[in-house]
Amino acid sequence: MTRKFLVLSLLLSAFLLNFSVATFAAGAETEEGKEDPTGFIMHHIKDSHEWHFFNIGHTHITLPLPVITYASDRGLEFYKSSDFQNPDTHKFGKEYAHNGIYIDDHEHLGRVDGGSILDFSLTKNVAMMLIVIALVLYMALSAAGHYKKHGAVAPKGAASLVEPIVIFVRDEIAHKAIGPKYMKFVPYLLTLFFFIWIGNLLGLLPGAANLTGNIAVTFTLAMLTFIIVNVNGNKDYWKHVFATPGVPVALLPIIVVVEFIGLFTKPFALMVRLFVAITAGHIVILAFISLVFIFESYAIGVVSTLMVTFINMIELLVATIQAYVFTLFTAMYIGGAVAEHHHDDDHH
Amino acid sequence: MLTSILLSAGLALMGAGIGAGIVAIGAGLGIGRIGGQAMESIARQPEAAGKVQTAMLIIAALIEVVSLFAVVVCLLIALNAGGLTF
Repeated sequence: MTRKFLVLSLLLSAFLLNFSVATFAAGAETEEGKEDPTGFIMHHIKDSHEWHFFNIGHTHITLPLPVITYASDRGLEFYKSSDFQNPDTHKFGKEYAHNGIYIDDHEHLGRVDGGSILDFSLTKNVAMMLIVIALVLYMALSAAGHYKKHGAVAPKGAASLVEPIVIFVRDEIAHKAIGPKYMKFVPYLLTLFFFIWIGNLLGLLPGAANLTGNIAVTFTLAMLTFIIVNVNGNKDYWKHVFATPGVPVALLPIIVVVEFIGLFTKPFALMVRLFVAITAGHIVILAFISLVFIFESYAIGVVSTLMVTFINMIELLVATIQAYVFTLFTAMYIGGAVAEHHHDDDHH
Repeated sequence: MLTSILLSAGLALMGAGIGAGIVAIGAGLGIGRIGGQAMESIARQPEAAGKVQTAMLIIAALIEVVSLFAVVVCLLIALNAGGLTF
């Protein structure tokens, strides 16, 4: 009886909290006070040198992040991002230069004297990535510690969350796709799955950064897959790319070009798939929230919030599916690279 | 000259809008087919319903992402070329 009451009250408060998500949208107003939906959406999708949570009236609640720069004649320098901003509106701009360095309104770092400078700042996405790494490490290490302490018993606590997922990745993804040599690649596939999954899920919280929806992050993950697949490619794999068996000699030049480009398109598709799935989900949620502020009507507010809740639930599903798909495709490409073929004459 | 800039920006926005609509048709057709076949196979063999449903969700996510590729292109057009009309 009390459990039913508890569950119902939790559900009701979760439902009511969704109406409060709309207040986070207040930070997007331009100087005229009118809504700028494109700027609002872009601000939430893009990386930034500061971590802006929300506005209370005209006060911005932000976390200034470290700005780390390197120039060959100036060396390594450390600042905080609030040095480069207007202190009231928290806007970056060329005019708020500090110590000869500025961040312009496209959030690009530059030097006042025009020299070259490299930007190694801890931006919002990097800080988010560190949080995701800490969470994944905590999950993994506490599960491992449980097994170390208790041996191979039925897990409790963090280990009981982690174990079914680890076994799923190991058996259903790695073993099925890679074959006999799968254990060598299971650590990488597990890291990939947990990083993408936790990154996707945390990105859906209000105030979080859009980590896996940043094309640089997905590019890095895809490049890691590319490196692992090609470093582990055996002779059969490279023969398939450069001297595809069973192809008439006249067609071979074209096939080699196509196969070589295929080496790059597969990780490219991985990169774009994850980036687009997560970013589009965020854009849809933010667009529905902006609708409330464009129409400024209670009816639209209620309907829009229901839609946002519904789409947020779908995005939870999409987060898990995209992590699974990235890991599965990586495992399939690795399987293709390490596969041992037993050729007969009419192969292919 | 001003009218030709406004015209091409207007055409770009129109292209982006029509493109996004056609993308939605493509995604709807693809995922609708998957859903239809999944319904049929569950009706034929109800004990395989769990496996069919899992496979359907995964394939639907893959098809949806292809449509999102095109949505990103339309967004890029709308934000860059269409911005000239403001």
